[in-house]
Amino acid sequence: MNNLDWKPLALVPLLALAVLPLIGSTSIWVTLTVAGLAMGMIVFIIASGLTLVFGLMDVLNFGHGLFIALGAFVATSVLGAMGDWTNSDQWLMNLAAVFPAMLVAMGVAAAVGLAFERFIVRPVYGQHLKQILITMGGMIIGEELIKVIWGPQQIALPLPEAMRGSLYLGEAAVEKYRLLAVGVGAVVFALQLWVLSRTKIGLLIRAGVQDREMVESLGYRIRRLFVGVFVVGSALAGLGGVMWGLYQQNVVPQMGAQVNVLIFIVIIIGGLGSTGGALIGSLLVGLMANYTGFLAPKVALFSNIALMVAVLLWRPQGVYPVANR
Amino acid sequence: MLNRLISNDLPRSRILAALLLALLVGLAFAPFLVPGVKALNVAAKVLIFVVLVASFDLLLGYTGIVSFAHTMFFGIGAYGVAIATTRLGATWEALAAGMVGALGVSLLLSLAIGLFSLRVRAIFFAMITLAVASAFMTLASQLSEITGGEDGLSFRLPQVLMPSHEFAEEPFLGVMLDGRLLSYYLLFVTALVLVLALLRIVNSPFGRVLQAIRENEFRAEAIGYRVVVYRTTSSVLSALFACMAGVMLAIWLRYNGPDTSLSFEIMMDVLLIVVIGGMGTIYGSALGAVLFLVAQSYLQDLLKLGSEAASGVPVLAALLSPDRWLLWLGVLFVLSVYYFPTGVVGRLRAGALR
Repeated sequence: MNNLDWKPLALVPLLALAVLPLIGSTSIWVTLTVAGLAMGMIVFIIASGLTLVFGLMDVLNFGHGLFIALGAFVATSVLGAMGDWTNSDQWLMNLAAVFPAMLVAMGVAAAVGLAFERFIVRPVYGQHLKQILITMGGMIIGEELIKVIWGPQQIALPLPEAMRGSLYLGEAAVEKYRLLAVGVGAVVFALQLWVLSRTKIGLLIRAGVQDREMVESLGYRIRRLFVGVFVVGSALAGLGGVMWGLYQQNVVPQMGAQVNVLIFIVIIIGGLGSTGGALIGSLLVGLMANYTGFLAPKVALFSNIALMVAVLLWRPQGVYPVANR
Repeated sequence: MLNRLISNDLPRSRILAALLLALLVGLAFAPFLVPGVKALNVAAKVLIFVVLVASFDLLLGYTGIVSFAHTMFFGIGAYGVAIATTRLGATWEALAAGMVGALGVSLLLSLAIGLFSLRVRAIFFAMITLAVASAFMTLASQLSEITGGEDGLSFRLPQVLMPSHEFAEEPFLGVMLDGRLLSYYLLFVTALVLVLALLRIVNSPFGRVLQAIRENEFRAEAIGYRVVVYRTTSSVLSALFACMAGVMLAIWLRYNGPDTSLSFEIMMDVLLIVVIGGMGTIYGSALGAVLFLVAQSYLQDLLKLGSEAASGVPVLAALLSPDRWLLWLGVLFVLSVYYFPTGVVGRLRAGALR
C-alpha cells in the first residue's frame, strides 16, 4: 500500500460536501450523513465477501442476497426467543441478545454457504453463463424455502430497547443504532484489512485475486482457500443481513434480492475483486441513497445507477481496478 | 419457398418438425379446436411468450450474455400501448403511437445500457440490467399519475378489437366471430412474422458472428469483428422484439400493470422456458413456451392435490402448497441447467443424428 491511490478516497468526503449547500441545514446534513455512513458500512459488510469470491475464483454469485435474507430471518427467531433481554433497557443486556443473534445468523449463513458452494457453484466453475443462471436459480429456491419456514409475510425485527432513540450532536439527531452500525462495520473492515494484509492466508488471497494460476503453480490449493472465502463471505452476508434487518426494523423474504441490486452497484463501482474499492463504493452508495432519499425520493433508485455510470466513465474498471483482469 | 421462409434453419429432426407443425396448426386453429375463453387465453399467452422468449434467446442462446432487463422492455411495450390509448383515446392512431413510442424508448434505453456496460465487460451486463430493471419497476409503480401505479391501467382499443364487437350474428363452426377472435388472429400473424424475422436474424451472417462471439469472444475480436458493436446490436434487437411482445400483451389483455408485465417472476419464467426449450434455438422457445405454460397450470393443480394429500404432515404440506410453485420451478431450473443444458430441441436434434 505504498503508492496509495488517494483520488477514490477523496470521493466520499467530496460527495458529502457537495450536497451540503443543496440540503441547506447542517443538522439535517449531519443526520443524513451518519445514516448514509451506517448504511454504507452494512452494505460493505455484505459486499466485501462477494467481491472477494469474484476476485478469487471468477465466480459471480447472484445468490449472495440469499444469505442476507437468511441471516435476518434467523435473527428474528433468535431475538424473538430472547424477549426478556431485548426488552430490558440495559445496554449490556441488549448487546448480550444481539451478539448471539449475530453469531447464530453468521453460523447458519456459513453452513448454508458451504452447501451452496458444494451443490450450486462447484459444478459450474469457469462457466460464467451457467453460473449466473444457476446461482439465480439457487437464490429463488432459497427465497422460497425461507417463505416455507418463516412464512411469506413481513416480520417485524424491532431494535432492542436501549438501542432505540437518538443522541444529539448539537442540533443534529443521530440514531444510536446507526452509530453502532458504523462501529461494527469499522471493526469488520479493520479485521478484514488485518487478515488480508498481515496474515499468510490474506497474502494468498490477495495473490490469488491477482493471479490464480501462479499461486496454484506454487503449490497452494486455491480451491480450498476459495471455499473458505466463500463460507466467510456468506457468514458476513448473514451478519450484514441481521444489521440490515435491524436498520429497517422489519424483514421480508425478498430483501435479499433488493439488497443484491445495491451490492452489485457497489462492487462494480469498487472494481470487481477489490475490498478497498468495495468500501468506497458502499459508502458512496449509502450516502447517495440517503441524500437523494431526502432531496428527491422518486429518483432515489436511479441516483445509485447514475453514480455508477459516473464512476465507470471515470474509471471503466471501477475505482480500484484489479490487475490481470 | 418454405426453406427461404424459415431461413434454411430446418428442424433437423423428424419429431421436432412434427411437433412444430402440430404447434403451428394448433395455434392457427386454436379458437376452433378448443372453444372457451380460458383455452383461448392460454393460446394467446403462448403466442406472446413465443415472441418474448425467442427474443431473449437471441441474447442468451445466440450471443451468450444474460440480461435481467428483458421484462423491462416487455413492460415498456405494454405500457406504451396502455398509456397512449388512455391518453389519446381508443383509436388505431393511438395504438400506433404507443407502439412506436415504446419501440423508441426501448431502442434508446437498450442502446445506452448496451454501449455502457458491454464496453467494459460482458459480465457487467447481467448486474447492470438487474439494477436498471429493478429501478424501472419501482419507478413504474411510483409514477402513478402516468402508469396507474400498482393498480395499472385498463384501457379500450379500437372498436373492432373489442370482444363486444360482432361481425356476424351467427356463430361460425360454433365460434362467435367477434373482436376477440380478430385480436387473436392479429396476435397470431404478428407472432408468426416476428418469429420468422428472428429466424432470419440468427441465420444471417450477423447471427453467425454472434455465435462466434458466444463461443470465443477473444477469437472473434482477433478475426476483426467489433465484439462490442455486435453484442450491443444484439441486445438492442432483442429489446425491440421484447417490446413488440409487450404490445401484443397489452392488445390481448386491454390492461397493464407492474405485475402483469414487469415482475421478476416473468423474467424467471422466460429464463426457464429458454433453458427447457434449448438455448440457441429459436424453435426451442416455441416448444418451451407451450410446454411451460401448459405445465404451469398443471403444476399448480398437481401441487394443490399433493398439498391436500400431505395436509397431515406439516412441513411437506407447506412445501407442496400451490403458493410455493416458484420453489419447484427453481429446482426444475437448476436441474435443467445441469443435466439438460441443450434443452428439448438439443436432445431431439442429437437423437436424430444418431
